[in-house]
Amino acid sequence: MKSLEELRKLRAELEKEISTRNSEGKPKIIIGMGTCGIAAGARDILQAVTKEVRKRNLDVNISQTGCIGMCEQEPLLDVQLPGQDRITYGKVTAGDVERIVVEHLINGNAVKDLAIARLEEGGI
Amino acid sequence: MNPKFYRSHVLVCTGTGCVSSGASNVRDNLEAKLEEFGLQDEIKIVETGCHGFCEQGPIVIVYPEGVFYCQVQTDDITDIVEDHLLKGRVVDRLLYTEQGTEIRIPAYSDIDFYKKQHRIVLGNCGRINPESIKEYIAVNGYEACGKALTEMTPEEVIAEIKGSGLRGRGGAGFPTGLKWELTRQSPGEKKYVICNADEGDPGAFMDRSLLEGDPHRIIEGMIIAAYAIGADEGYIYVRAEYPLAIRRLEIALQQAREYGLLGEDIFGSGFNFDLKIKKGAGAFVCGEETALMASIEGQRGMPRPKPPFPSVSGLWGKPTNINNVETYGNVPDIMRGGAEAYRAIGTEHSTGTKVFALTGKINNTGLVEVPMGMSLKEIIYDIGGGVSDGRELKAVQIGGPSGGCIPADLLDLPIDYESLREVGAMMGSGGMVVMDDTTCMVDVARFFLKFTQSESCGKCTPCREGTKRMLEILDRLCSGEGREGDLELLEELGEHIISTSLCQLGGSAPNPVLSTLKYFRAEYEAHIKDKRCPANVCAGMAAPYVIDEALCIGCTACVRVCPTGAISGERKKPHIIHPQVCISCGICASKCPVHAIAQG
Ligand SMILES: Cc1cc2nc3c(=O)[nH]c(=O)nc-3n(C[C@H](O)[C@H](O)[C@H](O)COP(=O)(O)O)c2cc1C
Repeated sequence: MKSLEELRKLRAELEKEISTRNSEGKPKIIIGMGTCGIAAGARDILQAVTKEVRKRNLDVNISQTGCIGMCEQEPLLDVQLPGQDRITYGKVTAGDVERIVVEHLINGNAVKDLAIARLEEGGI
Repeated sequence: MNPKFYRSHVLVCTGTGCVSSGASNVRDNLEAKLEEFGLQDEIKIVETGCHGFCEQGPIVIVYPEGVFYCQVQTDDITDIVEDHLLKGRVVDRLLYTEQGTEIRIPAYSDIDFYKKQHRIVLGNCGRINPESIKEYIAVNGYEACGKALTEMTPEEVIAEIKGSGLRGRGGAGFPTGLKWELTRQSPGEKKYVICNADEGDPGAFMDRSLLEGDPHRIIEGMIIAAYAIGADEGYIYVRAEYPLAIRRLEIALQQAREYGLLGEDIFGSGFNFDLKIKKGAGAFVCGEETALMASIEGQRGMPRPKPPFPSVSGLWGKPTNINNVETYGNVPDIMRGGAEAYRAIGTEHSTGTKVFALTGKINNTGLVEVPMGMSLKEIIYDIGGGVSDGRELKAVQIGGPSGGCIPADLLDLPIDYESLREVGAMMGSGGMVVMDDTTCMVDVARFFLKFTQSESCGKCTPCREGTKRMLEILDRLCSGEGREGDLELLEELGEHIISTSLCQLGGSAPNPVLSTLKYFRAEYEAHIKDKRCPANVCAGMAAPYVIDEALCIGCTACVRVCPTGAISGERKKPHIIHPQVCISCGICASKCPVHAIAQG
């Protein structure tokens, strides 16, 4: 370590390695992993999301939820940006994941043709 | 691309406490299960240091949700993996339930045990992998050291520490900044810094946990101290009974060298420093600073008179700064956040926090870090969950064998260096043993004195002979042979030993006796005058058992188990116990089907 600058640069990189342990003020992706979701292929979606986040070096929390009663729309994927409404996407395919990540998560625009519901901020 | 991204981190505590309750197998099984379900690329296992809640171990925390699972056994891993990690369903049955409630609490931060704590020194323990310098750097590690070495003069560093009000956590509470200044001002080219990790108090394990859970914090604190006083070499003196702490320290030192944080020209500042570990053989007296340095030098660990103080003539006769593990642990936060912010925590003359090891008759045993000035009541009831088995609090022993017993009616006492001294106890290393109404205070005093007596190094007469004589009197009291005048003799001996011993081993050894004499004198007197131990602890002096004739059904169960044949009576009629024959062993009471037998 030859300067404080060098340490700070290193830290900026290393922070990402433990960012999963921190969820404050971060965007969230939530995947429906009820029996209905899994039967419809939610496991593939979860893997695709993880891959996408890794590929694009994003600071996002990924979590799962159970059945929310929209079984015919599974697999379901929600995106919640800090301070914004939570958007639910239905009948998501592994191919849709990249689009949702790029358009919604990175650029901040909900993908209208895949979205099926909107929950106000602070909702469940 | 961030190949290091994992959607979930599973933190498994591998501190000594959790390992002894099975954490290593839990970890191994978790690894196997992740592979079985093909999750190893999505989920990362992180081994951490101690969370302090050892009672609840093994502890497993799942992020990003921060769900706290306790008493996790190998078989529970299947549920954690299949339900939580795969489907996001929290495994309710493994959550923590607050004492006396049915409510299960998923989040770490909502548990009473943690809510009132203020974790600075223990801030990273249980949150990062202690074997990874990268994780330490990611949570601002070595920032304080970099700032000090490149942007501040040694004098400015000392001024900051002085301004923070930090005092030594090794027992006596000496102002740390002043100690650094004295060592800096001592003439001499060669100087040393030492970290005292001997931790000899029975029941204390805060230093061990800190070294196991966050070793880089101590190394960083020591680099800053070395820069401030002008030392290029340092020692960490750890007892050999702490193998995990030593291993993690060795790993941390190696990593720090690889990253150029130890060695030459650290941060390009021109400052050189390196550290060695010295394993101690585990004698209590070797925690005393001059004995500790003798031990490092290869001599027998015995104290020498002070002055000269180590700051003037320490290791190999050179000016030496010696601090406790927890003292160094506070330094990075002070340097990063500033003296002002640190002063805001705690009381005017005892700033910051203190780590206590809560043990004895308390529901939540473990390590807790609280702001100085918090009352004993808050620590014992709000954090510790109160006295176990719903019994009544009798006293709290603080400060280990050098400390004293505080009676239950002083429960509102705010804990700081001065208030503890005023009531005859002391901060010591921060052991806190909770005692309930089944504890005999004479027996407690004897227990602690027996420890110091056997650890006395024998160099000075007051400690070697005096503690022996005191112990003989206590032995006498506890076996029912106390005499008139014994209490006065204990007090006189105690005061002389305190004022004439060479070091603070003898200088504090009588404290447990004197403080219990002060607050529980009647209990001592009962041992002498009535030959009775009111708490029914001291063998041979406990009250005999009696049978309640109204309840006795004459089943003769007691007659059959009594080892001394003290019970007689006709079948189906009430029995009696002969008090002269009864030895108060209590076996009869435990066998009585109608609970007719109790101590009289
Ligand atoms: C018998 C005896 C045992 C001691 N044991 C320890 C110990 O285990 N750890 C410790 O830090 N200080 C111990 N001390 C206190 C040290 O002598 C010294 O005061 C302390 O390490 C200074 O560090 P501090 O200023 O950071 O508290 C002991 C003192 C005596 C008299």
